[in-house]
Amino acid sequence: MCEKDLVIVGAGPAGMAAAISAYESGVRDILLLERDQYLGGILNQCIHTGFGLTYFKENLTGPEYAHRFIKKINAIKEIEVSLKSFAVHLTNENVLTYIKPGALEKIKAKAVIMATGARERTREMVHIPGTRPAGIFSAGLAQKLINIEGLLPGREVVIIGSGDIGLIMARRFILEGAKVKAVIEIQKQSRGLTRNVVQCVEDFGVPFYLSHRIAKIHGKNRVEKVDVVRVDEHLHEVADSMFSIECDTVLISVGLIPENELIEMAGAVIDKKTNTPVAQEINKTSIPGLFVCGNSFKIYDLVDSVSKDSIHAGYQAAEYIRGLG
Amino acid sequence: MKSVPVFDVLVIGAGVVGAAIARELSRYKLSIAVLEKEEEPAFGVSKSNSGIIHPGTQNPAGSLKGRLCLEGNILIREISRELGLDFKEAGELIVAFTQDEIQRLLTIKSEAETLGVPGLKIVDMAWLRENEPNLNPEAIAALYAPSAGVISPYRLVYALCENALKNGAEFYTQTKVENIIFTKPGFEIQTSKGMFKARYVINAAGLYADETSAMVGINDFRIAPRKGQEFILDNKKENLTNHLIFPLPSKVSKGILVIKTADGNPMIGPTAEEVEDKEDFSTTEEGLKKVFEGARKLVPSISQDDIIAYFSGLRPASGDDFIIRYEDKAPGFINVAGIQSPGLTAAPAIAKMVCGILREKGLQLEKKEDFICEREKPIHLFNISLSETEKLIKQDAGYGDIVCRCEMVSAKEVQDAITAGARTMDGIKFRTRAQSGRCHGSFCTTRLMKILSEKTKTPLTAITKSGKGSEIVKGERVSL
Repeated sequence: MCEKDLVIVGAGPAGMAAAISAYESGVRDILLLERDQYLGGILNQCIHTGFGLTYFKENLTGPEYAHRFIKKINAIKEIEVSLKSFAVHLTNENVLTYIKPGALEKIKAKAVIMATGARERTREMVHIPGTRPAGIFSAGLAQKLINIEGLLPGREVVIIGSGDIGLIMARRFILEGAKVKAVIEIQKQSRGLTRNVVQCVEDFGVPFYLSHRIAKIHGKNRVEKVDVVRVDEHLHEVADSMFSIECDTVLISVGLIPENELIEMAGAVIDKKTNTPVAQEINKTSIPGLFVCGNSFKIYDLVDSVSKDSIHAGYQAAEYIRGLG
Repeated sequence: MKSVPVFDVLVIGAGVVGAAIARELSRYKLSIAVLEKEEEPAFGVSKSNSGIIHPGTQNPAGSLKGRLCLEGNILIREISRELGLDFKEAGELIVAFTQDEIQRLLTIKSEAETLGVPGLKIVDMAWLRENEPNLNPEAIAALYAPSAGVISPYRLVYALCENALKNGAEFYTQTKVENIIFTKPGFEIQTSKGMFKARYVINAAGLYADETSAMVGINDFRIAPRKGQEFILDNKKENLTNHLIFPLPSKVSKGILVIKTADGNPMIGPTAEEVEDKEDFSTTEEGLKKVFEGARKLVPSISQDDIIAYFSGLRPASGDDFIIRYEDKAPGFINVAGIQSPGLTAAPAIAKMVCGILREKGLQLEKKEDFICEREKPIHLFNISLSETEKLIKQDAGYGDIVCRCEMVSAKEVQDAITAGARTMDGIKFRTRAQSGRCHGSFCTTRLMKILSEKTKTPLTAITKSGKGSEIVKGERVSL
């Protein structure tokens, strides 16, 4: 078992900002783990603009925003980066096990920062009945298929939920020549940012159904259509309000849920409803020396705020390590 | 004209019944063909099975179901050892809430004992508190059947198929039987992939067994699909119960259960709904409600937030008992139909019974000296320790390349699954568990598609969820 001052899990915007800030606060022995083969996390697939408006006072794309941090990380030799590295175990004494092609490593760290991000809530979590054919994607998966893999997931799309990724994907599909037939939101207002509603949905004339929900997904091999119903203020179905929309693709964009399975394994107290650590102070957990930042601590609207709070996490971890003497 | 080879035995359907029959027959010097209409085995009834290996507590002693279930429960243990499957003897509890229900438990117990089910006992409230702490405290007693167990239903089918294949059986997938002509003797089987000939035909066509049987003029039974909706819980809830938990059975089903599975995730369900459509695999809001109410009656702490997945399956029901018989009106044709619960448990015993019928009807069964009874156990990181994982990674770096983060599945396991026969995303899921966790494949889909594409030399645009028509994407992005 080797030892490290600080191990950071996840090299998306949160992990990178925390690593740089910890270094700038004096930590000189940092390991940054990333399960993917490149740094930057989900920003790599967010090729639209709107990033950096508050943090850099510039309008950047996701990859551009990430690149500014990647450049810094690469320039700091005290930050050891390990790609394709997947954390599998964590104890309440900050012993972290990770595996990568060819090796399993166990590390005792003075402090650990978990910057593991979030996963998308699924169709199953909102209990949408119907069949399970091909053509049902989380909005983020559809984004990855289009922007990273160069594939078109569908041609006639219905988007369930109005989270920001779903709204942005409405525009993305249209730009790729697909037809977006509806955005369906159960609440009375959009969950996403106003600018996304305007620029990604309204400007393209996509029908936006508020106070509606999907009653059923149809299709044997591939999605064929969805049934939609209107809901009242108690979110109950309004009688005789059902109509169907033919489509070959359903995107699910019903929010994010923090990924905190490892800190839960370590015994940190977790709020079951939000899947976030229960803590007195931002970025902290019930386990000393175990920090959580970015979307795994709470779901942020803007990456700029993730960077700001994660810089604080790097500072907090540095303070903690210094306190150990 | 090219001459078509004549198979000794042709099995229609590569679900658990067809697979078990093919494997059993492959012990003998026979030429065997298995035809499956889907892209891969286990894609019909078997894929939505609960995975319960029943002890035999709920079928009359005189029935085929009862006898074959009991025999299958014993045989499955040997098959699991031989074929490298994880069979867990979890034991089951049929729970009673009233004195009247205890009387019913006693009746079930005595019937099951007549059948020969081993180890049954009535356990009291104190035993239940001690051994099943999450059970509804209002439960006052239960019938404990220690020989009940769980297995992965699709991995059982794949293991049987792989072993049958190794022993010379031939598998033809995407091969739908369109007509059968009785050529006296023998049969010509017209399919979507051309004509086959066989001396004996075994109809293990699941939901379509009635239609297949009607092709040779036997139409005295009908398969009435009975839908079961099941809901899968997060594997964090693995230890929700220590046993399979059953309520007292109704006339048509065993009721809503709390099921342990071989993979850890508990499951709740199934419903029992008569449906007309053999392709109605939809779940409904009412189904969820019903399952949820039933499950919470047994284990009140189950929450809707624990549900990570759900599906519907169709039981190929026909009357009260299995239909396993040689058809004298179409000599050489054997129906194996109406194999609903406890079909998975009974499958190995059904296979032996079918061999017996074939022998009795004149097929010579001569044992192969070189029959390979064992299959190398596939590796699943999710059910081995980290120290074992470490050793494996040193042998093959691919075990350290994690593809599916929720279920911890490595690239090596995915590649091995494809080598073993997976051709679709569902095929990979059933064999490895990749995509079956809480993120539902959001993170691993693209990587899995690429591995499948590379290994099978298929373009990414042709990768399917479960066969033709279920392509994951609609095409490449158009470059302007």
